[in-house]
Amino acid sequence: MRKTKQLLAVLGLMTIGIGVAQADYTMNLMEGATKLSHEVYEMHMIALWICVAVGVVVFGVMFYSIYYHRKSMGHKAEQFHENTTVEIIWTIIPTIILVIMAIPATKAMIDIDDTSATEMTIKVTGWQWKWEYEYLEEGIHFFSSLDEESNKARHVGSGIDPWSVPHYLLNVDNPVVIPINTKIRFLFTAADVIHSWWVPDLGWKKDTIPGFINENWTMVDEPGTYRGQCAELCGQDHAFMPIVLIAMEKTDYAEWVKEQKALVIANTNAANREWSVDELITKGASIYANNCASCHMGDGKGMPGVFPALSGSPIVTGDIEAQVELIMNGKGMMPAFAQMLNPVDFASVVTFIRNDLSNTVGDSIQPSIIQEKQSAITVDEDDV
Amino acid sequence: MSAVTAENDGHHDHKPAKGFMRWIVTTNHKDIGTMYLVFALAMFFVGGVMALIIRSELFEPGMQFVEPQFFNSMTTMHALVMIFGAVMPAFVGFANWQIPMMIGAPDMALPRMNNMSFWMLVAGILLLFSTLFVEGGAPAAGWTMYPPLVLQTGNALPFAIFSIHLLGISSIMGAINIIATIFNMRAPAMSLMKMPLFVWTWIITAFLLIAIMPVFAGAVTMLLTDRFFDTSFFDAAGGGDPVLYQHLFWFFGHPEVYVLILPTFGIASTIIPVFARKPLFGYASMVYATAAIAFLSFIVWAHHMFLVGMPLVGELYFMYATMIIAVPTAVKVFNWTATMWKGAMTFETPMLFSVAFVILFTIGGFTGLMMSLAPVDFQYHDTYFIVAHFHYVLVPAAIFMIMAGCYFWLPKWTGNMYDERLGRLHFWLSVISVNVLFFPQHFLGLAGMPRRIPDYAVQFADWNMISSIGAFVYGFSQLLFVYIVYKTIRGIDCEKATDEVWEGASEHGLEWRLPSPAPYHTFETPPDEVPTEHF
Repeated sequence: MRKTKQLLAVLGLMTIGIGVAQADYTMNLMEGATKLSHEVYEMHMIALWICVAVGVVVFGVMFYSIYYHRKSMGHKAEQFHENTTVEIIWTIIPTIILVIMAIPATKAMIDIDDTSATEMTIKVTGWQWKWEYEYLEEGIHFFSSLDEESNKARHVGSGIDPWSVPHYLLNVDNPVVIPINTKIRFLFTAADVIHSWWVPDLGWKKDTIPGFINENWTMVDEPGTYRGQCAELCGQDHAFMPIVLIAMEKTDYAEWVKEQKALVIANTNAANREWSVDELITKGASIYANNCASCHMGDGKGMPGVFPALSGSPIVTGDIEAQVELIMNGKGMMPAFAQMLNPVDFASVVTFIRNDLSNTVGDSIQPSIIQEKQSAITVDEDDV
Repeated sequence: MSAVTAENDGHHDHKPAKGFMRWIVTTNHKDIGTMYLVFALAMFFVGGVMALIIRSELFEPGMQFVEPQFFNSMTTMHALVMIFGAVMPAFVGFANWQIPMMIGAPDMALPRMNNMSFWMLVAGILLLFSTLFVEGGAPAAGWTMYPPLVLQTGNALPFAIFSIHLLGISSIMGAINIIATIFNMRAPAMSLMKMPLFVWTWIITAFLLIAIMPVFAGAVTMLLTDRFFDTSFFDAAGGGDPVLYQHLFWFFGHPEVYVLILPTFGIASTIIPVFARKPLFGYASMVYATAAIAFLSFIVWAHHMFLVGMPLVGELYFMYATMIIAVPTAVKVFNWTATMWKGAMTFETPMLFSVAFVILFTIGGFTGLMMSLAPVDFQYHDTYFIVAHFHYVLVPAAIFMIMAGCYFWLPKWTGNMYDERLGRLHFWLSVISVNVLFFPQHFLGLAGMPRRIPDYAVQFADWNMISSIGAFVYGFSQLLFVYIVYKTIRGIDCEKATDEVWEGASEHGLEWRLPSPAPYHTFETPPDEVPTEHF
């Protein structure tokens, strides 16, 4: 109902000619939060106004002609059909306009390409359907997925009004945090298919391509929360892997880094203690909803022909070690979860799958065992 | 030899075969042209239904009707059906009907291949539709089919790839036929520079098709071997490169979009002079501009790939090369405007569509120019701004000129005038709704809405709703077109068309010197003289 009312309001505004500039949504490119994004915005506006000006002239001539050179106005057709001078003039004029546009565009390109003298590096890896961030200097590492509220609301027949969800589809569990006034280099790659990392306020997007590394840079002037989305079709949940970038004062950022490092220790401690089966199953339910349900479905029945069912699956009901191996290493379209889940989350989701979703295997696995396996994998990689 | 000649002599009274078999076995260019056009119209509605499924889901935020995977199948199939099933066949249909009549030839040069290329098209499209029913669903990786994503397709993948092979073979055969016809079967008086612009644009298009279709076929075959035969052309883990596919695809894909627009230019250049009652302005420059656009289309492909991480000089080169396309395109728009200038214009339905085409195509050209600027494309890329851009150059440009061409030539084909009042109603419904449909998509893209998403953040809600309303009005208005065409073919409440059909048209094209309706066989002997308005 609210939407319909808003629509009527918009249509009303348009008809009485006030325009929609007052409304709370944008119609134009955003200026953004960096020097680069301002440069891009300026370029966009120059191009737009040139096009408008050319359009006014060309369409003006055309409408004049349409009005005055009509048969019904008694106009007699003249029979001219060629004029080399005119052709040359209207070849040269667009060429000049293009050169005028190409100069600032080239300058902007050179600025965007300059990734020298960066002060810190964040590696971004695209996954189906989440983002992985690694702060190369600080050793901070985490995954960032769609926030739980949006995730609940986004399914067919969820019964949740998207308007009631704050930042619907543009919110994540773990935002990427950067300090302001710092030249940051981003490295981009992907684990499965091509994604594209886009925060409009930074003024650019970049493809993340499996097996290759792209780079770009930014320097944000103002603290703030900047939201974006994956821009390259990457499968069914392409619309559901947003990006939230929080730019902080340098001191606040230092504080955040400390917290992140403390969190790593807390997670290790949590992994080392003994967990009860019920604890694991309870925790596993939410991990399942956020990581597994989009393919294997909330009820574990999967999608015939594309995503296998987990309910009654021979792997799930079979040896627990084999199941852990499969989830760690991935298979086909299924990503490798070894680094994606911390030991507690990993152990709890395995336990949940084996004891829920119409499965009643009855066993469980402890986070500490997962932790051993994960560190074994890391050691292997370091050897290589 | 003599035996063959004698046998052929026995078949002098060529009439269409009786009954249904006429359409299966026909080698007559008019029959095949009709079949292409009817098929294109049917596919236009199938693709249109897919578009309406997309616009229904996007009517408001939240997922209402379909699963995301099916939504992606719909965007993919909508594009493939509209490009390969509707727009391209429609132009081949026009080519079949019009090229022989425009150049004074009795038929196409290779009539049996003509029949084969049509039925191969039908087979290809049916194979494509079959993927809707296989396990795993229809292809859902976008019509561009980028790996590695496309390799995750279920059982549909080989069907889709073979379907593209068939469609490609069909297009190449059609192109060879058109080239052979134009080069060999023109009336003796018709030198190349006297050919109607529609013929010129089609011969250039045909060369484009022959050059690009094998590249596309090769690229998708590499997908096939990557998936089933353990090659790794596009897999970095095996030494390949996913971006290689994008280079191959867009080497095909960029000229392909010109395949969709060049015949459009040709139809506009044919219609506007007739209703301006003036010769086309700058005939020679129109030919050169078309050829220039076709040439440039081969050297700009990577402007679709500004984000993949090309080196700076590569990006600058593709930016400059792309910007240059604006020059010949602008020349064409100026020439059409100059053709109207100081004419004695009337605005029958074909002319209405043509004027709308010039204006709306120019808007699509403007956004194209904006996107050629690589730094700004970093923002525009893969957003609804792009969706708005290419729909402006495909719907109110290519589709509008297909409509215009139908209204323009239908009286010649059927011998009956269409209902002018209904034609104008169809035009006004279409032109208003198409703008309600696509113009707001510019705003959505600029505001940050990515393309190919089934659900979106709530700040995009209003323009999406307006766009969807436009889509439904546009879609249902096209049923009126079907009614008008049906009425004209059947001759229900229609005036009989004169031979010339349009005032002074016989000065503009050979087809208007034939009787209406055009007899089953025309120009069995070539005409002695051809219109010379251009010189």
